[in-house]
Amino acid sequence: MSASRIRHTLTATVITAAAVLCLTVAILFAAGAAPLDALKHLFLGSLGSWIKFSHVLMAWIPLTLCACGLLFTFRIDLWNIGVEGQVVAGAVCATAVLRFGAGSTVPFVWIGAAFLAGLAGGALWAVLAGLLKTRGGVNEIFAGLGLNFVAQAVTLWLIFGPWRRPGIASMSGTQPFDSALWLPTLPGIRISPVGLILALGALGITGWMLSKTRLGLALKAIGRNRIAAYLHGLKPDRATLVAMGLAGGLAGAAGTFQVTGVYHRLIPAISSNYGYLALLVVMLAGYRVGPVPAIALFFACLNVGSIQLPMMLQIDSSLSGIIQGTLVLATLFIHGWRTRRPDASKGGM
Amino acid sequence: MGLDLSLLFASILAGAAPIVFASVGETVTEKAGVINLSLDGSILLGAMVAFVTAYRTGSLFAGFLAGAAAGGAVAALLGVFSVYLGQSQVAVGFVLTLTARDLAYFFGNPYSRLYGPQAGPSPIPGLQDIPFLGPFLFSQSVPVYLSLFAIGLAWWYLYRTPMGLGLRAVGENPRAAYARGFDPRKTQMLYTVLGGLLVGLAGATFALCTKPGWGRPQGAEGTGWIALAIVIFGGWHPVRAALGAYLFSFLQVVGIQLQGVFPSIPAQVFQVAPFPLMIFTLVLTNTAGRKTRDESPVSRSPLARFLGIFTGAPPASLGRPFHPE
Repeated sequence: MSASRIRHTLTATVITAAAVLCLTVAILFAAGAAPLDALKHLFLGSLGSWIKFSHVLMAWIPLTLCACGLLFTFRIDLWNIGVEGQVVAGAVCATAVLRFGAGSTVPFVWIGAAFLAGLAGGALWAVLAGLLKTRGGVNEIFAGLGLNFVAQAVTLWLIFGPWRRPGIASMSGTQPFDSALWLPTLPGIRISPVGLILALGALGITGWMLSKTRLGLALKAIGRNRIAAYLHGLKPDRATLVAMGLAGGLAGAAGTFQVTGVYHRLIPAISSNYGYLALLVVMLAGYRVGPVPAIALFFACLNVGSIQLPMMLQIDSSLSGIIQGTLVLATLFIHGWRTRRPDASKGGM
Repeated sequence: MGLDLSLLFASILAGAAPIVFASVGETVTEKAGVINLSLDGSILLGAMVAFVTAYRTGSLFAGFLAGAAAGGAVAALLGVFSVYLGQSQVAVGFVLTLTARDLAYFFGNPYSRLYGPQAGPSPIPGLQDIPFLGPFLFSQSVPVYLSLFAIGLAWWYLYRTPMGLGLRAVGENPRAAYARGFDPRKTQMLYTVLGGLLVGLAGATFALCTKPGWGRPQGAEGTGWIALAIVIFGGWHPVRAALGAYLFSFLQVVGIQLQGVFPSIPAQVFQVAPFPLMIFTLVLTNTAGRKTRDESPVSRSPLARFLGIFTGAPPASLGRPFHPE
């Protein structure tokens, strides 16, 4: 059983990869770009040097943090589309703290406080969406979307209003922080050990909580059948808020990392779309924690590798998004095909 | 003052045209029991395809046609995945949103910030001279007239024709419809694509009329989500959905006006503000009550019960794939 399952997974992976590769090449042909060149640039742009790979890791960290959080909400059958706004809320709260840290003699305390604030901000934003669902009966997708727009509006207001750069307010963001308030990186290379530890820790704790704790079991039970779980004495509404809070907290940590580790200031596109991308990562991972790190790494490679496409080949960097999207679509297709076929031939169960 | 008001209404009507197309299209699709969550990306893809086609052929008509086809194609993909392969409509729709958007940016890149053909106003002779109504209703562009027509047509089709009855039957109770000789999957596929064509038309209207041109960002970003929320606000009724579209357009026009009144607040805030405002107005007054009522006996606050009064019921089988036995 297990061996055949591995074989199945392997064939599915090979078919998916081949299909996505063919599609990508076809799309590149259609756009009039040289497919081999583009793929080469994607590869070299992400894995071509240690510097490039450090950029990949710096993208992997927030992506993994968001993905871990989404595992909780998916487990209880929630579509936390608000993750994007939760990243932004975390980034805003972290920035608010770091603005006071200039010139401090203990910058690491301020960075720590920023992470706590980011965590709290993200969690609050998510719990707000959760409350709209449990108290107001608002579908979490629309609650989340609405809050995403609010977070975006608040960020723009801060950047162009109270937190604008002295002299010029612009889309380039707020005044950068003192370099003492930047998340420390390894000497000579832009890799943040703190960020890596955070992401790896999040993976470990998420895996443990989902599989080994009472909470994990409760989330799963409620996700499968809300009413049955309620009749068994579980509290679906409270669990909804807990799952949302965990997801939002991790997204907020990702936002804080973006602020202190990557951009060193608040910019309008602070989330880098990692929230939405993390939704794809978790879908591709089959809503399990195991494959998340590898898939997040692959997605991060695509994102970083595509940055230089406009310069080298005059094609848009959204190629990475196309590859990521078709990858998920191909996986869904194979999954659908697999599960429908026996059903159709046997004529129901 | 009378003239001003007329012009204000005119700009609301014109600004709402693409959103009307999208929300009427999505209403038709959801009435048949399928949620097409890919609206935001489909609109952008429709806009890009429409602009590029019109730019290269010089034909506005070809542009609109191609834009609609792009929306239909995305919807067809969604239909295959969710109706025939039984995959989660939300999951597939979400992936398609992101992918369609990226496809639009990718292929549209060489056509950014170019000056292309536009559908300008086509006043109706005779009628345009009517005071007040003339500038408001009869001096619009062709897509705006079409958007008004689409509302009536959708209502008539859904509630006054046998085909519309079949459509609604499939959305409410596919099993019963199946027993009566409808093929629910074929019906759902058909109306998913039909709705998608309208969504693509919405994109084309953006790129060729409301916000002419292509770029990254185009300016249509986010409206797909608004249209999805409007369908809920409309209680799955095309006329009420159109009213939602006009409300949103009104908010946008007001936002632009307020920029002048509050120069201290950055203009960007006024551009974004209508989106959250709209979603919360819609969703709060409408989903409330219903969701908790049929999901679980767990919580029903008085607020939810009160708001439930305004609720239009969704098609009973919305989002659930049908498996024939």
